[in-house]
Amino acid sequence: MLFGIEWDTANDWVFAWSILPILMRGLVVTVQATLLGFVVGAILGLVLAALKGARLRVISWPAAVLTEFLRDTPLLVQLFFLYYVLPEYGLVLPAFLTGALALGVQYSAYMSEVYRAGLESISHGQTEAARALDMAPLRTFAVIILPQAIPRIIPALGNYLVSIMKDVPVLSVVSILELLNVARIIGDRTFNYMVPLTMVGIIYLILTLIASAGIRYLDDRLPRHGIPLR
Amino acid sequence: MQEMNNPSDPATQASNPMILMEKVVKRFGDVTVLDALDFEVARGEKVTIIGSSGSGKSTVLRILMTLETINEGVIYIDGKPLWHEYRDGRLIPASEAHLRTMRKEMGMVFQQFNLFPHMTVLRNVTESPMHVLGLSRQKAIRRAHKYLDLVGMMDHLDKFPSQLSGGQQQRVAIARALAMHPNIMLFDEPTSALDPELVGEVLTVIRRLSEEHDLTMLLVTHEMEFARQFSDRVCFFDKGVIVEQGTPEELFTAPQKERTQQFLKSVM
Repeated sequence: MLFGIEWDTANDWVFAWSILPILMRGLVVTVQATLLGFVVGAILGLVLAALKGARLRVISWPAAVLTEFLRDTPLLVQLFFLYYVLPEYGLVLPAFLTGALALGVQYSAYMSEVYRAGLESISHGQTEAARALDMAPLRTFAVIILPQAIPRIIPALGNYLVSIMKDVPVLSVVSILELLNVARIIGDRTFNYMVPLTMVGIIYLILTLIASAGIRYLDDRLPRHGIPLR
Repeated sequence: MQEMNNPSDPATQASNPMILMEKVVKRFGDVTVLDALDFEVARGEKVTIIGSSGSGKSTVLRILMTLETINEGVIYIDGKPLWHEYRDGRLIPASEAHLRTMRKEMGMVFQQFNLFPHMTVLRNVTESPMHVLGLSRQKAIRRAHKYLDLVGMMDHLDKFPSQLSGGQQQRVAIARALAMHPNIMLFDEPTSALDPELVGEVLTVIRRLSEEHDLTMLLVTHEMEFARQFSDRVCFFDKGVIVEQGTPEELFTAPQKERTQQFLKSVM
C-alpha cells in the first residue's frame, strides 16, 4: 500500500492497472517539479544573461564564471549543495522546493545562453538602422530586437523544459516522491520492478511526445520574422 | 531640408560646408582605414565616393551616421562638431545626448536595406518620426504617405518587408530615412545587394531625389554610369585617403593619377 491505495498483484495487467493511481500521484510531483524548475530557471537565466551583458567587467565576469560552473557540474552537485549546505546557513527548505530550486539553478545557466544567443542572432543591421533613425537604445531593444528574438528564444526554452522533465528523477536522492521514485518503491515492496518501471517509461515517452508536439506547434505559430507590431 | 543658400554660389560653398572632416583617423585594431582624411561637402552638393573594398568609403558614411567612432580628427556638420562638443569653449568627446541631437541631421540607406521585418511598410516609416521626433500618429502617417508616394510604394502600406522585392524594400528604406527630415542623406552601396533588374528603380528614386530636393547627398556606389549622371563631384578613395576628386567629366574622362586610372579601367 502506498498513499493509502492498495494494489493487486494477481497478474501483471491487473497489477499495472492497480498501481496507475499511485503513479499518477508521482506524476503530479514530477510535473510540479518540472514547471517550478522551469520558471525558476527562466527567471534566473534572465538575470544571469542581464548580468553577463553588463558593461562593467566587475559584474559580467563573475556572472560568466558562475554560468560556466553551473554548466560544467552535474545536477546532483547543485542538488546536494542546496540540500546539505543551505541549512548550515540557516535556510531550511522543504525537500521539494530544494529540488525545484536545484533544477532551476542548473538550467538557468543554459537558459541564459539561450537568451544571449537569441538576442545576438538578430542581425546588427537592425540595431544600426534603429541608430540611424536616432532611436533610443532602450526602445530599440524593446521594440526592434526583442520581438524578433522571442520566436527564436521560446522554442529553445521549450527544449529545455523537456530536459528538465527528464532530470526530475535525480531529485529522488533527496526523497522527493516523483514518478520514478514511486515506481521504485512499488518495486521494492512487491519485487515486481518490471511493471512499474515499464509504465514509467511509457508515461515519460507520452509526456515527451506531447511536450515536443506542443513546442513544434508554438514554433509554427510564432512568426518567423518576429512578433508583428500593429 | 530647407535650402537657405544657393549651393552653386562659390562664396557660400567655400564659407559654410555642410560636412567638414579634418584630419580624421579611423583605425580598426592594427588596420588604419582612414588616414588623416580631409573631406568637405558643400550644402546641397551631390557627391559620389568610389573606390575598391577596404578603401574606407563605407567607413566615411558610417562615421558620419555615428555608427563608428573616430580615433583622431574633428568632424563638423553644418558648423557643429559631430563627435565632439563644446565645453567651456574647448572640444571634448561628445556625450550620447549630443550624438542623439546631431544624428537627426543625417539619414542613411544601407546596402542590406535593414527594414524592420516585424513591422509593416507604413509602420517602418512612421516608427521613428512618432517616437523620436514626437509627431502625432496622424502627422506621422501623413508624412509617411508623402515619402512612400515619392518612392512609389503607396500600394504596399500594409505589407511586410518579406513580401517585397529587394528594390521595393530599398525604396521603403529610402522613404524611412527621408521621413526623419535629415539635411544629409547617406547611401551606402544602395543597389549592391539587388538583382540587376531591380537596380534601376532604386537609382531612379535617388536621381529624382537629387533633382527635386536640396538635400546634401553622399553616395557610395559601383554604378559608374549613374555616378556620372547624378554627381556634382566624384571622389576616388584608396587606402583611406582621397586620391583624386573632381566633376564626373574630369574624373571619368581625364583621371590624373595613375591609381585612379587603374581603378577605372578595372571597373568600366
